[in-house]
Amino acid sequence: MTDGDMTSADTPRIAIIGAGPAGIRAAETLVEAGLRVTLIDEAALPGGQIYRQPPPTLRRPAKALYGFEAGKAEALHSSFARLRSAIDYRPETLVWGARDNRLLLSSRAGNTEIAFDKLILATGAMDRIAPVAGWTQPGVYSLGGAQVVLKHQACLIGKRPIFAGTGPLLYLIAWQYLRAGSRPAAVLDTGSFAGQLRALPRLARQPRTLLKGLYFTAALRAKGIPVLYSALPARIDARDDNLVLTYTRNGRSHEIAGDAVALGSGLKPETQLAEILGCAFDFHSPSRSYLPRCDRMGRSSLATTYIAGDTGGIRGADAAEAGGALAALAVLEDLGRSVPEVRKRQLLTHMRRAEIFRSGLELAFAYPAPAIAGLADDTVLCRCENVTIGDLRAAIPQWNITEMNRLKAITRCGMGRCQGRVCGSAAMEVLASETHAPIESVGRLRGQIPLKPVVGSNFETKAAS
Amino acid sequence: MTDIVQYDVCIIGGGLVGCSAALHLTRAGQSVVLVERDSVGAHASGVNFGGVRRHGRNALELPLSLRSLDIWRNMAALVGNDCEFMPCGHLKVARNEAEMSVLEQWRGFGAQHGIDVELHNGAKLRQRFPWLSAQIYGASFCPGDGHANPRLAAPAFALRARAEGAVIIEGDGADVIEDAQGGFEVTLMSGKRLRASVLVNAAGAWGRTIAARYGDDAPVNAVAPQMFVSEPVPYFIDAVLGMVCGGLYLRQIPRGNVIFGGGRGTLSPDQRSSWPSDRVFAETVGLAGEIIPQLRNLAIIRSWTGVEGNCDDGLPVVGSSPRRQGLYHAFGFSGHGFQMAPAVGAVLSELITRGATPTDISALSPQRFADAKSGLVMAESEI
Repeated sequence: MTDGDMTSADTPRIAIIGAGPAGIRAAETLVEAGLRVTLIDEAALPGGQIYRQPPPTLRRPAKALYGFEAGKAEALHSSFARLRSAIDYRPETLVWGARDNRLLLSSRAGNTEIAFDKLILATGAMDRIAPVAGWTQPGVYSLGGAQVVLKHQACLIGKRPIFAGTGPLLYLIAWQYLRAGSRPAAVLDTGSFAGQLRALPRLARQPRTLLKGLYFTAALRAKGIPVLYSALPARIDARDDNLVLTYTRNGRSHEIAGDAVALGSGLKPETQLAEILGCAFDFHSPSRSYLPRCDRMGRSSLATTYIAGDTGGIRGADAAEAGGALAALAVLEDLGRSVPEVRKRQLLTHMRRAEIFRSGLELAFAYPAPAIAGLADDTVLCRCENVTIGDLRAAIPQWNITEMNRLKAITRCGMGRCQGRVCGSAAMEVLASETHAPIESVGRLRGQIPLKPVVGSNFETKAAS
Repeated sequence: MTDIVQYDVCIIGGGLVGCSAALHLTRAGQSVVLVERDSVGAHASGVNFGGVRRHGRNALELPLSLRSLDIWRNMAALVGNDCEFMPCGHLKVARNEAEMSVLEQWRGFGAQHGIDVELHNGAKLRQRFPWLSAQIYGASFCPGDGHANPRLAAPAFALRARAEGAVIIEGDGADVIEDAQGGFEVTLMSGKRLRASVLVNAAGAWGRTIAARYGDDAPVNAVAPQMFVSEPVPYFIDAVLGMVCGGLYLRQIPRGNVIFGGGRGTLSPDQRSSWPSDRVFAETVGLAGEIIPQLRNLAIIRSWTGVEGNCDDGLPVVGSSPRRQGLYHAFGFSGHGFQMAPAVGAVLSELITRGATPTDISALSPQRFADAKSGLVMAESEI
């Protein structure tokens, strides 16, 4: 059965995927214009990753959950509460596929599909991983995972966790752990101090965000927690009850012990749905990745589909709120409705600033491509299929591999449960460095359905009919 | 103007058939060029189910299929890679008495070709294959058949052929094929030109266009069989499974993933690409859970399709052109060419270099459409 076919042609069917800052602001803007939207989200409660809400039994004050961002989180949550009755909200629902103007949904109730005339993708981002030897063992988490554990479940990954990788989240999460009663063993940034200095003028375009970053670093240092730049993780070993992270810095090898490790090298957009729908992608050199092509309002290459928030490139939560509203205005414009021009100009100005800030972040916290090229052969790259970098290095010349999908076909790298969402970035780096090719020339893994695993029994009612 | 390079044989299409032909012809002393528009094994050859079975085949294909099984058994020696061939046996299940009689009839065909199958039903079937649904009426088991990894096979043949001297051109398709000096002149998309005295049409779903150019029309149309793979679970499905009705074919690899196929996805309007159908997704995943109840709660991690040439009579088009000397066809494998393809390459090489092959492929000749009579024995859709 197809839901959403009941509406007539003059009430367009609008679907928004993702109930984070971008999705909620998009929904709000459209509801204000008198339209009805369907808002689909994988989580049980709205807020997205950044303003994620714990389950009711673990509820805590906003200040404790979101720190400096408590005001923004509360504003977004209350905006959603006001919208709730005016929208068709579908929490705990996975969009597992899409074709033309249909979305395929899976939830505990079973599978269904909806049709849309306009679609806003506000699917957000996930951790971008730079693997190191030993990263798949118990006690090693992704940075975002460490934050989810704290925010959603009020748990810590450890009492003395090591935070390693790069990006603003590295400092934020280490600080959040400190405040929650954990004592981080160290914060190790693969980026250089010089790089962060070079990025300062661009980062100053969002002075508040820049100041927060400086504050986190200062607060950690004030508690005696080492914060080191240019520290490249080499391997993680379990020793006694500890995890020992070996890293190199200024050409020398060092060790640090902790009871857990959180790893993350920035974020990567969740673009699979844009890919399945057939949106055009362009290579984006600063982030060394392919991103869906869109204009400054969020229009993709498809007339039906709009991109909002981190889905189109990592700009952070504030820009996501602006981007969500802008994408909604683009929908309204394309439907021939009037849009508030002043608001549109303000949002565009906000996005321009965010764009400069983003380029600063990319300069300060670059994905550690050279470090990946230098990893030991026994480092697991694809954890779903247990494929090591050595496996890739052997297969690439043996099979004459120059393209990502052939690499996957031959080695199984990116073929498992996550479909390359975790290992894809690193695998591109390995293929490019082994073939001495520019990274954009190795292509990217093709998206395929289902976007995330779907359970067979969900299909039974449909198959029987 | 670019130089024209002369070869003995030009093969159009880098699927498993074309790549096997390239290797066998090179070994037979021919200078060979293979032209592939995308990359070798990128289409049906690389994304098919991976079934390696004689079981249940149209009897007219059995000579080719038997010869190919010998090649599969010696794959590592031939191409330097076993392509993960695993001869765990093939089980074809019947849901009712009528389907069971089809299996009984096939046992007779098999016996004529020296293939012994075991027919099971009732308690004996449950005991031997405890993972099968109790709804299954009966089954036929063919030891020696099995499965392999299609992603490796065509590239492995291509690599070996290249190492032995064949020229393999990827990412550059044949644009224009013309007659020249008794042979063929092929202009590629890039403008590069090749000449050969022999042309092999191994263009799969797109082979009909090349054949039709020489008046060898064959009723081969593009279809897009749809496949699935689950998350890995402990190995328990110790045979490749097929159904008499053709609705589902399924195998498990030792690392645990269950790979299965059934139904057809959607072709792009130009028939160059295809994508999975969500309706087929629901039906086939549901059916897999009905036939093997333990699969009901398994997570499906990926579905895909490939473009395949399907011939109206279910048989491939293999043999020399009745109209054009030097032209050989091997396409339209109708969803069950993966097992036979290695032998097709060997047979083409014999036809081209010696004018004859010991393998009886007479029923597969393109001539059958000119004669408008075809010897259908049993329709099938399983790969």
